[in-house]
Amino acid sequence: MPAVLDFEKPLIELESKIAELTSFSEEKGLDLSDEIDNLKRRADELKSSIFANLTPWQQVQLARHPDRPNTEDYVRMLFEDFLELHGDRCYSDDPAIYGGIGLFQGTSVTVIGHLKGRDTKENVSRNFGMAHPEGFRKALRLMEQAEKFRRPVISFLDTPGAHCGIGAEERGQSQAIAQNLLRMSVLRIPIIVIVIGEGGSGGALALGVGNRTLMLEHAIFSVITPEGCASILWKDAARAREAAEALKLTAQDLLSLRIVDEVVPEPLGGAHRDPYAAADLLRKSLARNLESLKDVPPEELVQRRYAKYRNIGSVGG
Amino acid sequence: MIVFKKPKYVTVPQEDKKEMPEGLWSKCPKCGLIIYKKDMAKNLHVCIKCGYHFRIGVEERLQFTLDEGSFVECDAELVADNPLGFPNYPEKLAEVRQTTGLSEAVVTGEGSILGYRTVVGIMDSRFIMASMGAAVGEKVARAVERACERQLPLILFIASGGARMQEGMVALMQMAKTAVVLKHINAAGLLYVTVLTDPTTAGVSASFAMLGDIIIAEPGALIGFTGPRVIEQTIKQKLPEGFQTAEFLQQHGMIDLVVPRCKMRETLARILMLHQGREHSAGSP
Ligand SMILES: [Zn+2]
Repeated sequence: MPAVLDFEKPLIELESKIAELTSFSEEKGLDLSDEIDNLKRRADELKSSIFANLTPWQQVQLARHPDRPNTEDYVRMLFEDFLELHGDRCYSDDPAIYGGIGLFQGTSVTVIGHLKGRDTKENVSRNFGMAHPEGFRKALRLMEQAEKFRRPVISFLDTPGAHCGIGAEERGQSQAIAQNLLRMSVLRIPIIVIVIGEGGSGGALALGVGNRTLMLEHAIFSVITPEGCASILWKDAARAREAAEALKLTAQDLLSLRIVDEVVPEPLGGAHRDPYAAADLLRKSLARNLESLKDVPPEELVQRRYAKYRNIGSVGG
Repeated sequence: MIVFKKPKYVTVPQEDKKEMPEGLWSKCPKCGLIIYKKDMAKNLHVCIKCGYHFRIGVEERLQFTLDEGSFVECDAELVADNPLGFPNYPEKLAEVRQTTGLSEAVVTGEGSILGYRTVVGIMDSRFIMASMGAAVGEKVARAVERACERQLPLILFIASGGARMQEGMVALMQMAKTAVVLKHINAAGLLYVTVLTDPTTAGVSASFAMLGDIIIAEPGALIGFTGPRVIEQTIKQKLPEGFQTAEFLQQHGMIDLVVPRCKMRETLARILMLHQGREHSAGSP
């Protein structure tokens, strides 16, 4: 049984009615195509109207949707001959971070990303995509290896945040994130960052310093979860809806704020309703962005990436 | 070396607390000692009984660390905007500016320590827990650039609760800004020292704070990525004694030195000397 969000319910109900009617007409040999077409039209209209008017809180729910394609899904759909690589060479292999080498339209690329689980069991083993320091260090190792072999890096962001716990603190969660930010900035290769689901604060940014930052239409990227923001500012986690609005965490908002460079459209209804269509749309955008960076000299890649982050933030006075 | 007279102190039992004149006395959160504020100031705001380091503001830090009259502030005009139009943020800023007399959570400039010239930045936790928004990020970035221009070392006194929520992703991106700008100081071969003070957490600890060539911390300072209360709520157990303190970080290999406030000035001067040679000191340490 797939997870259904509240605001998707009327649509799901209509769709199941259509399915029911279709099988009924086939069973009884009755021609109900007029009624069915009518319902389909209504479903399309409903879908358009729901998704044209999503609130920031609904975007948050979509970004966290358990059926939303994760990093591994996109890797499977977008890259050929992908080979997963493991470990940070210091401490362990963090299953919350996925990485390796694959072919994108014939070109070798290094892929890294946070990886949420598909179900509860996998989520427990992958820590819901929340990385420990060793995960960030694995990602950095793979990126520095990409530089050696002049491979572009494609980085998928999808995490509620960096792991919070005793071991993570002991092994230097802050140090690991800080190192990634600095060292990603000087890599002499193209880096393309794609926010595919939940871009959770510093744990997301630790994989997120790139030449181009793409963001899927229904992904979010935020300094703090709306729940966390509401409970700190208003001592009331239930005001998360309000916080989601105030935080300006949707792809459109972040495009306006120039935090992201491009919003990648999703199929109507969201990536979880049609992962292959979502991957097709992403492939087009990724190909175009890779192409635009292909012939840029290494020094200029570094310089442009630097300028992008150096200039974020308007200040009065 | 400055010598301090041993301050007088009295211990007052807990139940008399409400009778103490507000504002004249401080209670040590670690050992419970009640200290006359003037005496505490003489002891650099360190508890005379147990050595607890109270948080101090920009003014005290300057006074305790830099040569008298040597500090010149830069970029004081950089102050926070409201990039997201976040509700009640301008009011919050106005209120904090009023109560602290500060314009932002960090003060940056140039001065000297026992004669050694340095670019310096000091964060002040009274200003929205010294959270980092665009103005803080910009001031830190400009301090790095100034150090490179002037061919001087950079010393940053850190205290922060992390990125400033009210500036959302603009604040988060200051982590990247303050980290990437440090490539210049590395390329220029200039020294960058961070002094982590209570508290150094979240977005600031996970960016420029942890990227010092030499990382110092004040005794007992809370330093970490996630704050201890959030960790306790998440793992549903009490954290061990001393978890996330300066000493804990040193044990785990995350920082170089734990330096008490009374030794900070001479320690920094020695580090500057070791990177420049004695002849660079303008005065005579
Ligand atoms: Zn004490």
